[in-house]
Amino acid sequence: MKRGLPEKRPITNVGKVIAVSSAKGGVGKSTVAVNLALAAARQGITTGILDTDIYGPSIPTLLNLEGMEPDLDPNNRLLPLTAYGVKAMSIGFLIPQDSPVAWRGLMVQKAMNQLLFEVSWPKLDLLILDMPPGTGDVQLTITQSIELAGAVIVSTPQDLALRDAVRGVDLFKKVGVSILGMVQNMSTFTCTNCGHHHDIFGLDGVRKKCDQLGIKLLGDIPLHARICHDADAGKPTVVADPDGPQAQAFHELIKAVGKTVGLP
Amino acid sequence: MSLKDVKHIVLVLSGKGGVGKSSVTTQLALTLSLKGHSVGVLDVDLTGPSIPRFFGIENEKVRQAPGGWIPVPVHAAQNGHGRTNGNGDAAHTNGLAKVHGSLACMSLGFLLGDRGDAVVWRGPKKTAMVRQFLSDVLWGSLDYLLIDTPPGTSDEHISLVETLLKEATLEQMAGAVIVTTPQAISISDVKKEINFCRKTGVNILGVIENMAGFVCPNCSECTNVFSKGGGQVMAQEFDVPFMGSLPIDPMFIRLIEEGKKPVYPEGTVIDGQAMQTNGHADSDEAETAGLLVEKYTACSLYPLFDGMVTQLLSKIEP
Repeated sequence: MKRGLPEKRPITNVGKVIAVSSAKGGVGKSTVAVNLALAAARQGITTGILDTDIYGPSIPTLLNLEGMEPDLDPNNRLLPLTAYGVKAMSIGFLIPQDSPVAWRGLMVQKAMNQLLFEVSWPKLDLLILDMPPGTGDVQLTITQSIELAGAVIVSTPQDLALRDAVRGVDLFKKVGVSILGMVQNMSTFTCTNCGHHHDIFGLDGVRKKCDQLGIKLLGDIPLHARICHDADAGKPTVVADPDGPQAQAFHELIKAVGKTVGLP
Repeated sequence: MSLKDVKHIVLVLSGKGGVGKSSVTTQLALTLSLKGHSVGVLDVDLTGPSIPRFFGIENEKVRQAPGGWIPVPVHAAQNGHGRTNGNGDAAHTNGLAKVHGSLACMSLGFLLGDRGDAVVWRGPKKTAMVRQFLSDVLWGSLDYLLIDTPPGTSDEHISLVETLLKEATLEQMAGAVIVTTPQAISISDVKKEINFCRKTGVNILGVIENMAGFVCPNCSECTNVFSKGGGQVMAQEFDVPFMGSLPIDPMFIRLIEEGKKPVYPEGTVIDGQAMQTNGHADSDEAETAGLLVEKYTACSLYPLFDGMVTQLLSKIEP
């Protein structure tokens, strides 16, 4: 058995790969990743999304693909499912929904390799990786096995989330992946009744952290009950409310990122 | 064996990240302490250790004794020896020191050189660390040990449950509290956690639904920013006790981040108790003075937690 670090391989048919990450849980990685993928698709970029969260795969719910099972191609590779013009793959499609995936690191590594290299993607300009929270096996396996064009770090403004987000940044720096920037999610809440603004999770924490670390602030997404409501219904904001301010924010985000990594 | 004088062990779990496990663990610990119990908190989230930040003791270092690590104290027992004196009710003395039991905690956060350091470990190393935290920390005599976990069902959880089943007796294992938010994506991950508990034989004490609604301090309109009702429906579906719903309280966040005592606008009533009606901010020193556990009693979430903990205690210590 060959010892040492795995060698990086390209994923067949896939152009640029961008990771949407945050060491902190629950800041909106999946929601941001899905909406970015949909915004990219709407701008004419052929996009796919790979859900690498083995323990809590959210992509099937967000894309209304729960309970669907992928087919295999003639080479026994997984065929990605399609939703709203975007190709998607997740372990959520391969395992019954309520079953826990209580796996140790080694099995997670193997599953990760399968999800990375044994999916039969059509020709894609962009593949977005929805990363799980934390800085462990999954993150290591991904950064060691494929070439990432860059990472987008999502965080909420509060100090607690930022402290973990900073670790996410540190991780990517350690493995030599370029940080495209940070996204401030759940920033301000505007009361739908009286219009008052409330910075529930703190004010502009991400903006300040970006200034501190010298990273670009890619975008600011306010907290809006609709985003969650649409996500739960399996129809993400970019599709459910394409002309709304939230969708606009995602479009601007993908434009900014696209320019940096060189998307068509 | 370091766990032998711990009376009850409670795990705080969730399949989903970011639902507030650490927040809930912190508040459960503070509330139990206010009822006069001696509490320890073990933070097993190795890649995102938040508990030291919650208790405001981030810059503390862990001391070592011949038998193992000494957990970092948050506050000592007040007015007593860390035990209840009958009914265990916290004495409300309006501004004077409240009765509370001792509180200490252990986390990987204390052992890291720089708070921003990423802990990028593979499974086996994490497993070994979890085992060490359980066997090499001198918890001493505790009424309750709360264990805060990372999201998911991975190495940390498997080794935690494995080690506990070996090292702790069945009477010590009170069970697990599962935290979720109302939205569908959280619910689907939490179902996995419930099944994990069932498979590994961990008793489920109940489900807490966090971030259920935000009440605008200006107009009192409650907006369900993370959807609604999912937690209760799921608890019924899986036949587990539903402990309650918690709203988003920006004052709690402010208390943790800036150390300021919660203040609410005139006339705010939560659960029949009039909250601090002083709508004006005190001077900075007055606002941040005092122990966290005392400032927490002014928070609107405290009465809710008080109710939930009373429920829990009646289940654990019938």
